[in-house]
Amino acid sequence: MARAATTADAFNAVAEPRRREILDLLAEGELPVNDLVTQLGWAQPQVSKHLRVLRKVGLVDQRENGRQRMYRLNGRALKPIHDWIKNYERTWNERLDALDELAHALKTEE
Amino acid sequence: MLAKTHKGTAVVTLPTNTQVMITREFDVPKHLIYKAWTTPTLIRRWWSANRGEVTIADVDLRVGGTWRWVMKTSQGFDVAFHGVYREIVPDERLVFTEVFEGMPGAEAVTTLRFTEHDGHTTLTMLVQHTCQEDRDAHVNSGMEAGMQDAMDLLELAVVSPSA
Repeated sequence: MARAATTADAFNAVAEPRRREILDLLAEGELPVNDLVTQLGWAQPQVSKHLRVLRKVGLVDQRENGRQRMYRLNGRALKPIHDWIKNYERTWNERLDALDELAHALKTEE
Repeated sequence: MLAKTHKGTAVVTLPTNTQVMITREFDVPKHLIYKAWTTPTLIRRWWSANRGEVTIADVDLRVGGTWRWVMKTSQGFDVAFHGVYREIVPDERLVFTEVFEGMPGAEAVTTLRFTEHDGHTTLTMLVQHTCQEDRDAHVNSGMEAGMQDAMDLLELAVVSPSA
């Protein structure tokens, strides 16, 4: 898949390590923003800033639950990234499977 | 994108804009994985992943020494890489530059780490590119565009790959 380098796509949104930390947390389930702030240990404005970027590219969905804002991961938005690296991953999977097989053969020979 | 490791399966992540990380666990001690990576006769047995034939596996294993690996795919074209060894810590760590000869302007630096725990080895391979464009082109090419094309053709033709 050809990939355009724009500032507003999912690829760039996840390139920032702090945003990946947020995604990792949300991968375990929906969280209110306060819990995110507590678990990440960052200042609230910083968390909000990254959440805004993630929402903009559709990686994160937001809903109101009473007075709380809840955030959850939108797995579908991660799919283009997954597809993009899948081919590369497949090549290395097959290669390292072959390496694994060889290493087992060597172990037997030892 | 979320980093997780499946035993026995290579996992690819993109830690930064310019990096690719591959992680794989092996059920064997690390010296065997290191050996397979540094011994020409062994490289010939795994690097083409049964999708072709490794025709050149040159390894001058010393700091400043060069390496060049070439495979001929089942479709008959060559896929070649070369580089220079920068750091060598036997069974632990290997750092080398890497140029895919299909993209000669883009040199990457690859760091292999071999860590062992209870007889199991975790291999991490961090490929550091000089810019995001190179990194993306590298991943986008399926690493070896030609090899990927060959695999796709094979799949389309429903022909089993030559062993």
